[in-house]
Amino acid sequence: MRVTTTVNGETRQADDVWPGESLLYVLRERMGLPGSKNACEQGECGSCTVYLDGVAVCACLVAAGQAEGRDVVTVEGLATGDALHPVQDCLIEAGAVQCGFCTPGLAVAAHDLLARNPQPSDPEIREALAGNLCRCTGYEKVLDAVRLAAERMAATQ
Amino acid sequence: MRATSTAPADTTARTGRIGDSPLRPDGVPKVTGEFAYASDLWLDDMIWGVTLRSPHPHARIRSIDVGPALAMAGVYAVLTADDVPGRNRVGLEYDDQPALAEGVVRYQGEPVAIVAADHPEVARQAAKKIVVDYEARPAVTDGRAALDPSAPKVHDDGNLVRHLTIRKGEPLPGAPVVVSLDFEVGMQDQAFLGPESGLAVPAEDGGVDLYVATQWLHVDQRQVCQALGLPPEKVRLTLAGVGGAFGGREDLSMHVHACLLAMHTGKPVKMVYNREESFFGHVHRHPAAMHYEYGADEEGRLRYGKAEIVLDGGAYASSTAAVVGNAGSMGLGPYRFPSVEVDCYGVYTNNPPCGAMRGFGCVQAAFAHEALMDELADRVGKDRVEVRQLNGLREGDENITGQAIDSAAPVAELLARVRDLPMPPPPDKRRDLRDLPGGVANTTHGEGVVRGVGYAVTYKNVGFSEGFDDYSTARVRMEVTGGEPVVTVHTAAAEVGQGLVTVEQQICRTELGVDKVVVHAKDTQVGSGGSTSASRQTYVTGGAVKAACEAVRRKVLDRAAATTGLPLTELRLDGGKVVAATGEVVIALAELLGTDVVEETVEWRHRPTRRLDPATGQGNAHVQYAFSAHRAVVDVDTELGLVKVVALDTAQDVGKAINPAAVIGQIQGGTAQGMGLALMEEIVVEDGKIRNPSFTDYLIPTILDMPRMKIAILEYADPHAPYGVRGVGEPSTISSGPAVAAAIRQATGRALRRVPIRPEHITGTG
Repeated sequence: MRVTTTVNGETRQADDVWPGESLLYVLRERMGLPGSKNACEQGECGSCTVYLDGVAVCACLVAAGQAEGRDVVTVEGLATGDALHPVQDCLIEAGAVQCGFCTPGLAVAAHDLLARNPQPSDPEIREALAGNLCRCTGYEKVLDAVRLAAERMAATQ
Repeated sequence: MRATSTAPADTTARTGRIGDSPLRPDGVPKVTGEFAYASDLWLDDMIWGVTLRSPHPHARIRSIDVGPALAMAGVYAVLTADDVPGRNRVGLEYDDQPALAEGVVRYQGEPVAIVAADHPEVARQAAKKIVVDYEARPAVTDGRAALDPSAPKVHDDGNLVRHLTIRKGEPLPGAPVVVSLDFEVGMQDQAFLGPESGLAVPAEDGGVDLYVATQWLHVDQRQVCQALGLPPEKVRLTLAGVGGAFGGREDLSMHVHACLLAMHTGKPVKMVYNREESFFGHVHRHPAAMHYEYGADEEGRLRYGKAEIVLDGGAYASSTAAVVGNAGSMGLGPYRFPSVEVDCYGVYTNNPPCGAMRGFGCVQAAFAHEALMDELADRVGKDRVEVRQLNGLREGDENITGQAIDSAAPVAELLARVRDLPMPPPPDKRRDLRDLPGGVANTTHGEGVVRGVGYAVTYKNVGFSEGFDDYSTARVRMEVTGGEPVVTVHTAAAEVGQGLVTVEQQICRTELGVDKVVVHAKDTQVGSGGSTSASRQTYVTGGAVKAACEAVRRKVLDRAAATTGLPLTELRLDGGKVVAATGEVVIALAELLGTDVVEETVEWRHRPTRRLDPATGQGNAHVQYAFSAHRAVVDVDTELGLVKVVALDTAQDVGKAINPAAVIGQIQGGTAQGMGLALMEEIVVEDGKIRNPSFTDYLIPTILDMPRMKIAILEYADPHAPYGVRGVGEPSTISSGPAVAAAIRQATGRALRRVPIRPEHITGTG
């Protein structure tokens, strides 16, 4: 089947999609956007978090056909040209990136949190990121990164 | 020596040299999604490989019919053991494992056949059509039972991989105080997030190029060459982006399979395990069954230690022999024992193979020796910290293998530091539901919650041991590009997330005074970097990079001395220039070098280690020891059996923090993995079969589970190591779990002699 979606602002089309393919597979293998990660492919780890019509979802749990005609934003769409989003800058600066496999999903999930709640408390950050597994960092620097991004975004508004 | 807070690092005024925390060079591509992990690789004409695995823990293969699979549209190849052109054996220490099963399968998940097709789903469907006629055989699924002479043999030469005997001092002396216990540790998974993946590309010279996520390119290359029957120059490996490792990528996974399919089809072949397959596709942490007995005087001073440790290695040896070496030689913890009797066994069973995981044998033993130290303290009526301090190793002391510790051994100080860190506030009766054990999913309001505090201190060897030729190779090049001096550092040492690439840059900047340092792709075009394991890369590859830089610097300064006529001893490199002792700039490197390139390649070794005496287990087996202590504070809901870790604070001696932010990152992440083993992480194996191969059923800590940590970093330089470094990757994984277990015991009053501690153990209902 053919799937047409808007991805990071551009209309994209994938042909010969097998109906069993996920949005994640189509993004990674058919659209050249491997930023969303394939860590569990069952919605447990959050590594493939993308926006679907503005809502953060696990791309592995979205059938490719369900994305037809909809608007997708992936980790590749967070930066503006060469300018990283503050969430991305702060993940690096806080040391929240080690192997980095969880990072794309965390970046989108944290981006989504700060869009909804610009000044989250620690418990609110924890609740919002509870679906994003990280095996390297023990999460503390992730918390640091989100707080830092919130401060930086507030300061520039 | 200093204590470090965990506040975000200061991002201003960075020198990028050692002791600083420059940003990692792969940070930007990792946050934008552009970093190419092994599973992201893609070529226009590539096809997909999948693996058919054994459903049985032990069976004879009567026949395999690949015909129905080959007949499917889109299938390019279906291969079995018959198609392995070289010697069909792989393995880290013993090559006892077939790349594809040969007449017999010895564990559930053993690779039997491989398929290549134009779509991964086609390949999976084809694999299901392969007809394998199995004859199930009796399976050995218990480590102790495997040692019984009547047990079925997993391999022809028996079920014992290694028995390490350690005997020291007077045999079986009496003691007025004797304490003992039995302890069990479940099977832990590395649970790295990036699944096993790689891309094999057939080459025109009849060889193959393999892009793969691994911990040691050259040991992979050796095994792939053997299976393919090719010389090393025809099997070229390049490190693809690695999504975590933690020991689980020391052994081969899809390496040989992808190469076989690529060479057979003439097409690039990509293999990507899914999470379920990943649980079958790598070795795990050995489950352990342990019996310990300590004798002490009435003051709690240890007189003897006895231990029997049985590690279930599963169906193939992997690194079991080395894990036995660690679990035995450090099995009684960082304490002084006049008399020792330790027997540590690694055995074959038909359970999933076990091998390397962060902490490597010391993790299992630490749960037992720390539980027993608490028992001893209670028996003699002393404080649990004080009893540890009374017996703790000090610099110059001999450990149980008779090795004198020849650098810092700050056991007492680490315990004091961690004890003196501020305690969390006491539980508040009106507290936020989210702070209770179980969080918002809780069904009580904390009526049955009790608090406990636990301590643990441990030590771990750094680097490869027992006489292993442990070296690394570094190639460092200095040249002028765009009018500026640029240094390129090339090693084969795997970056798996820990930040070695940053450390390599820092060392080059420090030694060569050049700001711009490029980290070359990691591949087999340079000599071996050794394994990214045993907390060894900053020490060993760091040592190699430092030595290669020194060789480059000598050449550059020789040239500067010849050019300027100034004495060599008065020249140094700084800011991209040759500088005199006065600080005056002598000549810019750009001018001195012109179009010339200065390049040096150095192979670097740490001090040799020795084999342990086969009869007594005595000897200088390890090159360096790293120490850490944890204090855990837990709230336990005794009605629900749920645990909230309120605080998990630590003190660790790191020798010299080359990159303090990365050191903190290692300690935080390692602590989380140790806590995971204490509380939730276990691959449940019943009758040789894994019951929970998914992230739905195998739980790892989430951001809700980990408290913020207070971390005291001690920096007692090791005079034998480059810059005084001490490996930092593993100690925190070893001491965190036993501290958590101790805190739960203290809170509940229950013995809790098994980890992970499950709710039913706490409630006494299971």
